[in-house]
Amino acid sequence: MNTPHIPCLRFGEPYRSFNESEVNDYRDGSTKATLSQVNAGIIRRDLKQIAKAREALAKLSTRDLVDISSKAGDLFLNEDLPLGEGSMQSAQDYLETLSSTSGLPHVMVKRNMVKIHYALTHVELILNGLTRGINFDILDQGHGEQAGAPVCFYPTTDALGLVMPSNSPAVNSLWLPSIALKIPIIMKPGREEPWTPYRLIQAFIAAGCPKEAFGFYPTDHEGAGDILRLCGRALIFGDKSTTDLYAGDPGVQVHGPGFSKILIGDDEIENWPDYVDVMASSISDNGGRSCVNASAIIVPKYSKEIADALGKRLGPLKPLPVDDPDAVLSGFANPKMGEWIDAALDADFEGCGASDATAPYRDGSRLIKAEGGTYLRPTIAHCESIDHPLANREFLCPYASVVEVPQAEMLSSIGPTLVVTAITQDEGFKKDLLRASNVERLNIGPLSTMKISWDQPHEGNMFEFLYKRRSIGVAA
Amino acid sequence: MSIDDQIKQSAESLDAHTAEIIKWHFSPETGSPFWLDWAKEQDWNPLEEVNNFSDLCEKFPNFEDEWLRDLPNEVWVPQAYKGKPFNIFETGGTTGMPKQRIGWDDFRIDYSAFSETLSDEHFPRDHYWMMVGPTGPRRLRLAIEHLANVRGCSCYFVDLDPRWVKRLIASKQFDQARAYMDHAIDQALTILKHRSVSALFTTPKLLEALAERKDLIRAGIKGVFCGGTTMDKQYARFLVEEVCEGGKIGFVPTYGNTLMGLARHHPIGPENDYSIAYYAPQPRAVLRVIDPETNKPVEYDTWGRVELTTMTKEFFMPRFLERDEALRRKPWAEAPWDGVAEVRPFGAMEKNIVEGVY
Repeated sequence: MNTPHIPCLRFGEPYRSFNESEVNDYRDGSTKATLSQVNAGIIRRDLKQIAKAREALAKLSTRDLVDISSKAGDLFLNEDLPLGEGSMQSAQDYLETLSSTSGLPHVMVKRNMVKIHYALTHVELILNGLTRGINFDILDQGHGEQAGAPVCFYPTTDALGLVMPSNSPAVNSLWLPSIALKIPIIMKPGREEPWTPYRLIQAFIAAGCPKEAFGFYPTDHEGAGDILRLCGRALIFGDKSTTDLYAGDPGVQVHGPGFSKILIGDDEIENWPDYVDVMASSISDNGGRSCVNASAIIVPKYSKEIADALGKRLGPLKPLPVDDPDAVLSGFANPKMGEWIDAALDADFEGCGASDATAPYRDGSRLIKAEGGTYLRPTIAHCESIDHPLANREFLCPYASVVEVPQAEMLSSIGPTLVVTAITQDEGFKKDLLRASNVERLNIGPLSTMKISWDQPHEGNMFEFLYKRRSIGVAA
Repeated sequence: MSIDDQIKQSAESLDAHTAEIIKWHFSPETGSPFWLDWAKEQDWNPLEEVNNFSDLCEKFPNFEDEWLRDLPNEVWVPQAYKGKPFNIFETGGTTGMPKQRIGWDDFRIDYSAFSETLSDEHFPRDHYWMMVGPTGPRRLRLAIEHLANVRGCSCYFVDLDPRWVKRLIASKQFDQARAYMDHAIDQALTILKHRSVSALFTTPKLLEALAERKDLIRAGIKGVFCGGTTMDKQYARFLVEEVCEGGKIGFVPTYGNTLMGLARHHPIGPENDYSIAYYAPQPRAVLRVIDPETNKPVEYDTWGRVELTTMTKEFFMPRFLERDEALRRKPWAEAPWDGVAEVRPFGAMEKNIVEGVY
C-alpha cells in the first residue's frame, strides 16, 4: 500500500508542500504517513483572509452547527473519511494507525474515540454548560434577553489558534465547541499525532460544516509562534517550560501539566484500603498520559502503607500487545523521551527522602523494550516530604508520589492543581476545598481524577475565552 | 547550436580564460605579491602546469579564507593595479576581523553582465529601485546601485546589519530581532509611500515581511531581485505563487557573495518543482558541486559541497570551499555549464544554522 500523504489544509483546501515530515511507527520506525510542512508565511497570509472563514460559519445557525457537530461525531467514530490525497480511512484503520504511531494500545485509542464522540454528540450540553444556558438565538443574533436582563456578546477573535500536543487524542475535544461557537480554527497538529485532528476536520466537513472553517498547518516553531501571536485567542499544550512562556498572556490559554491529586482527609484515612482502586485507576488510566491523571496522593498518615499497596498493584504491570484489551501501558513514540524520564527518576531517587515503592514488585527495570517498542513501567514514589523534588511532579507515564501532609496544610502545600479528588466527609475540610483558589476541578468523594464533566469546563471556559459580554442599548 | 556544442564551446572558453588569468596573477609584471610569493613556496610552477581549468582543479589546493582575514590588503594588489586606490569589501563575520576582498571594477563588470539577464518588463529602465538589506561594507551596496544605474535607474537604500541580527538570534533575543526587522520594514514602507519605486532588491524574509504590510503590486513594484539566505523549493514556491502573486511581480532569485559576484538562476515553476538552480558568471567565476574528499564533481542531481573559483584580473581565488551544499545541475542553453541548486548551509540537515530574518 502506498504511504498516505496528509496535506496542509488552507481554509479546508488541501495544499501539498514540497517539505514533508514523516509520521512513524513507534516500534519499527516504518513510515505510516508523510505530512506536508508549511512555512510560517503561509499561515500569516491566510490569517489576513480569516474573515472569509468566519463569514462561512456565520451563515449557519448555532443549532445547525450543533447538529453538524453531532453528525460529525458519528462519522468520526464509525465511517470512512478522507485521509490525504485520494485515500480513505476507516475507523478501524484510524484506530490501528494512531496506535502504531502513538504507542497507545487499541483499547485506549478506542476510549479516546468514544470520548471525542461523546463530546461531539453532546455539544448542546457542553454549550449549555459553557454559556450557563444562553439561548442559541441570542448566540446567533449577538444580543437578546436572558432571565429578564438584556445580554450582548461579541467575539474576542476571528480564529482560535491551536498548538496541539501528540500525547493523547482526546485533548482535541477541547476545541470542538469552537465550531458551534462560529470561530474558525487555525491548528498546528502535534508532530506525531496529525491523525485525530485531520479526521475530525474531515468528519466536520462531511457533516456539512463549511470547509473554510479549518486551517490545518503542520509547521515549525516559527509557525507555531505565529499562530499563538496572531490569532486573537489560542490554546497551547506543552510542558512547564513551554507553558511558562505564555503564562501571563490573556489571549493564550495554557494547557500544561495538571499536577492532579488525590487528598484523603483525617476522617477517611483509616479506610484507605477501600480507595486503592480509585487511586490506581487515577494514576494509570489512559497510560498515565493525561493532565487529569493523579500524580500525587496526599494523606495525613499511612503514606508508606499506601505507597506499598499502590506499588503492589501497579508495579507488576507490563506492556501487553497493542490489541490486548487489558493493555494499560503506552509505548513511547519518541524512545528518547522514555529514556529521559527514566534517567530523571533514577537521579531523584538517588538522593535522600524518596524511595521507589514499585521496585520491589517490578521484575526488571522500569525502562523496557517490549512488544517492539519502548515502555516505562509504573512508578510510585514514597516521599518523606512534600518539598521533595518527586513529590509534585508529572511524567508521561503512570507515576505518582505518596506523601504525608497534615490535613490543615494540604491545600496550602499542593500548589496549582487541575483536578483534586478529596476523599472526606468532613464538612470543615469540604468548605476549605470549595474555597481553594488553586484547584480547577474538585471531585468530592472517591471519584477518579479522570472523571470530568462535559457541561462543566475543568480547564478554562471556551465560551468566555472566545466571547465577551458588553452592555447594549437598542432604540425602540 | 546544439546544447552539446554550447557546452563544448563554453568549456573551451573557460580553459582559455583560466590560462590567461594564471598567466596574469603569476607573472611578476602583472601578478599580486600574495600569489607570486605563494608560487615561490611550491614545488611546481602554475605558469607551466596550469593550462586549463581541469589543471587548476588538480593542482591548486583549496583557497584558505583566513588569508583574506589575516593578511594586509596590499598583498592582493596585482602589479597592474599598483597605486590605484581600491574598494574594500567585507563578507560574513559576527565578531572579530571580517574577511576582506579588494577590488576596482569587478563589481561593475559582474553586475553589468547580470543586467543582461533581467527583463525590461519586470525591471523597467529609467526608473527607481530600492534595496532593503545589508549595505555597510558589502560589495552588494555599490553593485546594486551600479546595476540600477546601468539600467538608467537610481536606487534608494534601507540598511540592515546581518551581523547584529545573527547576534540577536544566537542569543535568543527574538523580540529584538523582530523589532529590528520591523524597523527596516518601516523605513522601506516610508520610501514606498512617498516615492515611486518599480524594482526591489531584498532578502526573502524581508520581502515576505514587506508584502505582509503592503500590497506590492499596488505599490508599483514590478520586479524583485532576491538573495542572501536559503530558499528551499517550498519557500521559493511560496514567494513566487503568493508573495509575487504568480508572476505579477517578476521574481529573480540570486546566489552570490563578495567573493564571487552574482549567479543567475534557471527559470523556476511547477515544471521543475521550484528547485532553484544557479549558474555562476562563468568564466569569471566557476561553481562546482564536489565531494571534498575526492575533489571530483558529484553526479548530477545529487548533493555535494559548493566550491567557488574566482578568476578575474583583480582577484584570483582558486577552489574555495563555500559553507554551502547544493545539488549539481546540468548545463542549460543560457548558461551551458554546471549549476548549483537548492543551496543550503552545509550540514543544514544535521544542525540548526543561524540565518535569521535578513
